[in-house]
Amino acid sequence: MDAENGDNRKVVISVRNLKKYFELHIGMFKFWGEPIYVKAVDGISFNLHEGEIIGMVGESGCGKTTTGRLLTRLENPTSGQVIFEGKNIAELKGKDLKFYRRNVQMIFQDPYESLNPRFTVQKTVMEPLLVHGIGDTYDDRVELVIKALEDAGLRPAEEYLSRFPHELSGGQRQRVAIARALVLRPKFIVADEPVSMLDVSIRAGVMNLMLDLRDKYNIPYIFITHDIAVARYMSDRIAVMYLGKIVEIGETDEVIFNHAHPYTKALISAVPVPDPEHKHGRVEIKGEIPSPINLPKGCRFWPRCPYAKKGICDVKEPPLKEVAPGHFVACHFAEKFYEEDITEETVEV
Amino acid sequence: MKKLLEVKNLSVHYKIQAGWVYAVDGVNLEVNHGETLGLVGESGCGKTTTGYGVTQLLPSNAYIKEESKIIFEGKDLVKLGTHPSKKYEGYRKIEEYNPEMRKYRWAKISMIFQGAMNAFNPVYKVGDQIIEAILAHENMTKQEALKRVEELYRLVGIPKDRINNYPHEYSGGMKQRAMIAMALALNPDLIIADEPTTALDVVTQDRILGEMVRLQKREKIAMILITHDVSVVAEMAHKIAVMYAGNLVEKGTAKEVFKETAHPYTEALLNAFPSIKGEKKRLKAIPGSPPDLANPPKGCRFAPRCPYAKDICLEQEPPVVEISPGHYSKCHFAEELYGELGGE
Ligand SMILES: Nc1ncnc2c1ncn2[C@@H]1O[C@H](COP(=O)(O)OP(=O)(O)OP(=O)(O)O)[C@@H](O)[C@H]1O
Ligand SMILES: Nc1ncnc2c1ncn2[C@@H]1O[C@H](COP(=O)(O)OP(=O)(O)OP(=O)(O)O)[C@@H](O)[C@H]1O
Ligand code: SF4
Ligand SMILES: [Mg+2]
Ligand SMILES: [Mg+2]
Repeated sequence: MDAENGDNRKVVISVRNLKKYFELHIGMFKFWGEPIYVKAVDGISFNLHEGEIIGMVGESGCGKTTTGRLLTRLENPTSGQVIFEGKNIAELKGKDLKFYRRNVQMIFQDPYESLNPRFTVQKTVMEPLLVHGIGDTYDDRVELVIKALEDAGLRPAEEYLSRFPHELSGGQRQRVAIARALVLRPKFIVADEPVSMLDVSIRAGVMNLMLDLRDKYNIPYIFITHDIAVARYMSDRIAVMYLGKIVEIGETDEVIFNHAHPYTKALISAVPVPDPEHKHGRVEIKGEIPSPINLPKGCRFWPRCPYAKKGICDVKEPPLKEVAPGHFVACHFAEKFYEEDITEETVEV
Repeated sequence: MKKLLEVKNLSVHYKIQAGWVYAVDGVNLEVNHGETLGLVGESGCGKTTTGYGVTQLLPSNAYIKEESKIIFEGKDLVKLGTHPSKKYEGYRKIEEYNPEMRKYRWAKISMIFQGAMNAFNPVYKVGDQIIEAILAHENMTKQEALKRVEELYRLVGIPKDRINNYPHEYSGGMKQRAMIAMALALNPDLIIADEPTTALDVVTQDRILGEMVRLQKREKIAMILITHDVSVVAEMAHKIAVMYAGNLVEKGTAKEVFKETAHPYTEALLNAFPSIKGEKKRLKAIPGSPPDLANPPKGCRFAPRCPYAKDICLEQEPPVVEISPGHYSKCHFAEELYGELGGE
């Protein structure tokens, strides 16, 4: 099932029924024959268009990072495909693989860990240029580095060139990481919780920077975050993941305000709002997120779902259905919930 | 409402090789019985130091200024738990094992620690650690203490058959609930909760905050809720104190602070947070970064980043102005700006 949204911009990457199962190596279990798998990503599909930002949200362990690692080929899929410029990236080798690596960049959560502490800012940002043989002379490369740093809001760039990561603030470090991702002019960027570690007053600046760069260069992002308010601010579309599956995907405010999946509803009703007069609606979902090793049969949300129906939800896995143009929901009662507006009913606390 | 806690002019400074870190400077707070005070601000602004300062559970290089007072149920805890420092004039030194202070900790004032996920000792069963805490303070048999733990587990929503598990067998959310159970174990009057849900998923956060409100109402416990998240204080707190670089810059009811903002930093903080409510607006980043508290700026500590700053702000420390009854702002232009500022 292809969650397509009628967007007629060029598709940059196409993800088709992508799966990643990790085999667990717990000696004792091996004993009993069957290998044990963690189904980290379990059949997701979507297209990312030029200039588009898709926010991926969901609770810890739902498979966001694994998805990002599959897209950047830091991990190979168990099955399914990621198509880039007509080719399945899992099959790329040699020059083609190098070309892909140049075109997809990743920005990580922790700018402290993702920068080499012994590299100056200049060396950090120049390294990808050297790896990919870009720029004819040293001076050319320095010029590209300076441009990237200024794009990332580190101005005047010359002042930062010889600094080491420990001589920068958290926000400045994340800007260096952004400059390094940008210097290659990639075709798309996977950003995994890029602002989660940053201080509030600095976070807004980095988010605005990423939005401005998208506008300037039309680079699409997959923006991974557990913070739904951040996802709303950053994204054109939101994909909600639950236990390795996309359970709802659609335009941002459609997902925020007109969601039709009970999990999305629970997730959004749990988000605190910076307004003391806001009446907090609460959706009680039961228990905790189950382990992705023993997935429930049928809809994997049913054991926690307040609307689950026996004989349906615990038997058959719901497909992603289109409830409105470009808005897809994986729930047996998606149309009903979409019509009846499950967002209306709120329980006061 | 009756005052339970009154913090007056609290200054806590850390001695470091190069001098002092002015982590908390001249903080005034009141907490009434059964009330939640939200203490909000960015990383490093002194929230934890303020909160833990109340029970003087501070690192050994922390010194409290002579004039600080922490009045709890009529007693000055500063006098109780510290003595004048021989080494540093004007400061008091914390007595680490002061037996009087220990009577207050847990029994009257309990704590939920920042990073509570790791607050339990990994080699002991969680239940035993709570039982231990109860037995240290109360005259009970082990059997009675176990009964109490079972009751607490019911309150915070962990099945009682998990009492005998080790910390690593709990999920993050369960550890956090167990920490809350521990904080409630001795029927305290005040809980100091330091970022109690920061590391958790929203669904778990929402549940735990909901539980805390319920328990607090039922047991009439007051709380100081420390967090960097303005949405969490908006949801939880009756009164809010906004902290910046070791100072309280604004204090008032939740409504006053959010809707009748009287300090430029509060405005900046509110404008920097995205929301899932209302229309999407461009966020305003605060220029620069928070100051180094070993070397705080002269005058108003926010002045280098403040869009309203004038010359006086760079020279003179602003006074605390009571802008309306119970609503305070530490800004030279509090009166002029009142009514002009706002999160929206
Ligand atoms: N290398 C691995 N081996 C085994 N299991 C793994 C591996 N990497 C991830 N997993 C498991 O796959 C599931 C998805 O993990 P992933 O890191 O993608 O989640 P996430 O959504 O990014 O979570 P978080 O919000 O905590 O970062 C988890 O259950 C995780 O424990
Ligand atoms: N033991 C110590 N010695 C020296 N300085 C310290 C010590 N502990 C904290 N500080 C400094 O005191 C200031 C206040 O720290 P505190 O932990 O109270 O901040 P916070 O507001 O709780 O921050 P966070 O949100 O990151 O937890 C910071 O600048 C910090 O670096
Ligand atoms: S005192 Fe001046 S610098 Fe400080 S917050 Fe007020 S206007 Fe801004
Ligand atoms: Mg992750
Ligand atoms: Mg702290």
